[in-house]
Amino acid sequence: MTDQPAGSRLVALCDVAEVTEDTPAQVDHDGEVYAVFAHDGAYYVTQDLCTHGPGNLSEGYVEGCEVECPFHQGKFNFITGAPTAPPCTDALRVWAVTVQDGKICIDPAQA
Amino acid sequence: MTSRPMMPGVVVIGAGQAGGRAIEALRGHGFQGPITLIGSEPHLPYERPALSKEMLLDTASETIAWVRPADWYAAENVRLLLGATATSIDRDARAVSLNNGTVVFYDTLILATGASPRALPVPGGDHPRCHTIRTLEDSRSLRTHFVPGARIVVVGAGFIGLEAAAAATSHGCAVTVLEAGSRVMARGVPPRISSLYAALHRSHGVELHFGVGITAITGPENAPVVECADGTSIPADAIVVGIGVVPEDGLAVACGLAVDGGIVVDEHGRTTDPAIYAAGDVTRHYNPLFGLSLRLESWQNAQNQAIAIARNIAGQNIVYAEVPWFWSDQYGVNMQITGLPTPGATTIERGDIDGFNGLLLEMTGNRLVCAIGLNATRDLRFAKQIISLGVDVDPAKLADPGVKLADLLRELKSR
Ligand SMILES: Cc1cc2nc3c(=O)[nH]c(=O)nc-3n(C[C@H](O)[C@H](O)[C@H](O)COP(=O)(O)OP(=O)(O)OC[C@H]3O[C@@H](n4cnc5c(N)ncnc54)[C@H](O)[C@@H]3O)c2cc1C
Ligand code: FES
Repeated sequence: MTDQPAGSRLVALCDVAEVTEDTPAQVDHDGEVYAVFAHDGAYYVTQDLCTHGPGNLSEGYVEGCEVECPFHQGKFNFITGAPTAPPCTDALRVWAVTVQDGKICIDPAQA
Repeated sequence: MTSRPMMPGVVVIGAGQAGGRAIEALRGHGFQGPITLIGSEPHLPYERPALSKEMLLDTASETIAWVRPADWYAAENVRLLLGATATSIDRDARAVSLNNGTVVFYDTLILATGASPRALPVPGGDHPRCHTIRTLEDSRSLRTHFVPGARIVVVGAGFIGLEAAAAATSHGCAVTVLEAGSRVMARGVPPRISSLYAALHRSHGVELHFGVGITAITGPENAPVVECADGTSIPADAIVVGIGVVPEDGLAVACGLAVDGGIVVDEHGRTTDPAIYAAGDVTRHYNPLFGLSLRLESWQNAQNQAIAIARNIAGQNIVYAEVPWFWSDQYGVNMQITGLPTPGATTIERGDIDGFNGLLLEMTGNRLVCAIGLNATRDLRFAKQIISLGVDVDPAKLADPGVKLADLLRELKSR
């Protein structure tokens, strides 16, 4: 990635076309699993694993900017990562998204 | 007897999942008065599902979901009386007596005493190698027997027994499951799913026997033998007893609250005494969605009924009316059940049930009443919402994997 500004190491997770508001995407990159969400024309990336247990948030049910975990229906705001419904109490890690050439990119080091 | 403080606040009996969630929600919804939590176990509230799953699968570590960490209770000023059992309730004095002599007064009392495993009702049923699974200690002591070659006999082919059987096989144990009835998980799933799971267990080497009566547990302390009605004797290293639970409603019976196989509560979680609420496994509650009284033994009910009553105590007016939901994990297959299993319902299959990847849907007429998902979490979520809408739905669309349930739900909602 020679054309990146120094200090930033953007990696492409997926095409914007792979994510809809109803259906988030799951992306495995370099040992980390991410969930990618679409909302109001923007994209958001969180860790895929729920902070409560084994649920994958990319399999979750999306309503507005909240994702409901498919395991116990805990909820998170996927923009901030904050838990919004029990049993979830710990926040998700979130990454700032840059869209480049139709690809959703993040800097994995900047959670 | 100590004298009654000015404002004794809320007292919770039972520091399990429901008790813990009730307290979390009381504080979360603005209740600032005193809160006292009384619990027989020495532990802070935790969730039990992992006791027959993660704890038995990975015997080298402890995966426990605590409702809240210890510092939370301190920060939220919750008085903890753990390792203490409530022995009686005086409704006139609004006071609870504990086995250590303490008396605790309340303005509002929450009964969250849960349920206890049924012991094997035969001679020797209290053999030291007979294990039930309800507490952290139960799970810790059972798993010491999950070593290669150990002979594990599971009595009762319900969810907990089967989860234990699945975990035991993963450690190379020789597992035998003995069931009195004619199929597995008979209380929770239709025969189609029972036969699929029976085959799944057998394919992992489990010996599964139906119609087995047990007459006694014999043998010395470290070598129990299961004696069956047909004369067979099965030697074991450990016996897992999973034959159901009984609600811990003794305190409620003794103080004269209405009890009917569980403490009777209305849709607000109130008992027949307006100062006393109850939540979780110990309750029989009225569910207005179905017009039925239900006693559920589920994680969802323990959490959400507790939250509803806490909000009512905090001054809101919340009706607890949810479509029941339950799950079980066996051999990496995640099964989720939502709705009320309805004997005699017609069934529809969506996806590949035999391949453990799809939904089995139960219909009465054109109403979806129950859905069982095998590794199908997303679809199950939509099915749950379709059930709660309570409207007619085209069975052909439900069965067609080309029709997204998200779209179908949207269509039903906009009608
Ligand atoms: C092994 C296992 C696996 C499970 N797996 C699943 C699953 O996969 N999915 C699912 O939906 N559900 C599952 N469940 C069910 C779920 O865990 C229960 O429904 C839930 O724990 C009920 O919560 P509760 O707070 O009502 O009761 P409990 O969690 O039982 O808590 C009651 C507490 O009250 C205490 N107590 C009782 N009497 C007194 C007294 N007189 N004084 C003081 N304290 C008292 C008890 O010691 C206990 O700590 C499982 C349960 C078990 C045991
Ligand atoms: S695993 Fe996500 S809510 Fe429990």
